[in-house]
Amino acid sequence: MTGIVNKTEMLPIKDSSDVVFVRQRVRVWTTQLKFSLVEQTKVVTAASELGRNTLEHGGGGELEISEVVDGIRKGLRLKFSDKGPGIPDIKLALSDGYTSKQGMGLGLGGSKRLMNEFEIESTPGQGTTITVTRWK
Amino acid sequence: MANVLDVVRRNQESLLQEWLEGIKGGIRRRDLIDDRELKSQAAEVLTMICDAPGEAALDNLNSPPWQPLKDLLASLSTTRAVQGFTPSETAMFILSLKGPIFGLALKLHKNDVDLLFSEITAVDDFIDKLALHTTDSYIHGRDQVIVRQQEEMLELSTPVVTLWDGIVALPLIGTLDSARTQIVMESLLQAIVQTNSRFAIIDITGVPTVDTLVAQHLLKTITAARLMGAECIISGIRPQIAQTIVHLGINLEDVITKAKLSDAFRLALERSGRSVTRNSKSNGPVLSGAREQ
Repeated sequence: MTGIVNKTEMLPIKDSSDVVFVRQRVRVWTTQLKFSLVEQTKVVTAASELGRNTLEHGGGGELEISEVVDGIRKGLRLKFSDKGPGIPDIKLALSDGYTSKQGMGLGLGGSKRLMNEFEIESTPGQGTTITVTRWK
Repeated sequence: MANVLDVVRRNQESLLQEWLEGIKGGIRRRDLIDDRELKSQAAEVLTMICDAPGEAALDNLNSPPWQPLKDLLASLSTTRAVQGFTPSETAMFILSLKGPIFGLALKLHKNDVDLLFSEITAVDDFIDKLALHTTDSYIHGRDQVIVRQQEEMLELSTPVVTLWDGIVALPLIGTLDSARTQIVMESLLQAIVQTNSRFAIIDITGVPTVDTLVAQHLLKTITAARLMGAECIISGIRPQIAQTIVHLGINLEDVITKAKLSDAFRLALERSGRSVTRNSKSNGPVLSGAREQ
């Protein structure tokens, strides 16, 4: 993860209305950074997927939104962290169509494709942190 | 400790006047409440305080004698929340009672500072608790407003409209990943049965984000509609949504999708053996007549 962090905002993810609020705030941030409409939609959708994962698989957590600068390019970084059960097999979790619950099994892999940078840190029993960045 | 209360009882009229003047000087909202109503509310609150039975102690607001006063304040605050007062304006209504009562206490115990101090502390504490109680009730009133609005939105947000014989449309607006989806799905299936429809158009122009959960809900609805013999068409897929769906890897190949509701409607008409034709190139007699004038 490269870049200097400019400013940040913390949001709790405790219930499904928080996921709606996460989408709204991420949309505001992408608008401020003057992302194009397509990019905005991609980032907001990824935030929605990862936010819901934090809620459903991690049992709730928080999101740190930050604006990052790397040389002349700017970007938006989203860090989702929870203290849930963790992901035992990250490779399996990332593969399309695999789901540990009732979903479509596309959220994690799809978010990776929607963003430019994607990083998972997970320790079973201690929690998961997913950091994604989209550059302009 | 009941000394101040006694004095308050004796000076009820003048105290009410002072209190009202204090409210008018500070936080009155002429646009939301008129003089007469404000006066009758203040008088009612003051009477409740004065009429409290002898055993009512200022330091225990939770004791039964104060219950009528608390109920009155609660209903006042709830009304104010609905009327559009701010929480601080609502709390100030009670807090501005402090000044006049302190004035009375000062006259009563001019020569005994210790007693004056303890009386004022007790009254101060009592009124603070009343103000907190109004704030709590105010927020409770707001919560009820929000809950009611949520319920209204749930009902409003699922109108199934009949476009033609056998063709229904469901324009979706807003977030889809809550309790709404279930209601949306049920009302669509219900409408399909009631109208004997063979085609159902789900328009997602008003859905800001289509993620995997939304897609899954849509697919489930489509499958259910199919089981009932109706074909579903999804319309209103904007360019950015299309790209996002591709990147997410959602497979909508088995579903008929259209960019615009009009395209979906045309397709449904075609499939049901109908077509839209234009009979004349002119705009009709009314408009051409208007042009001649």
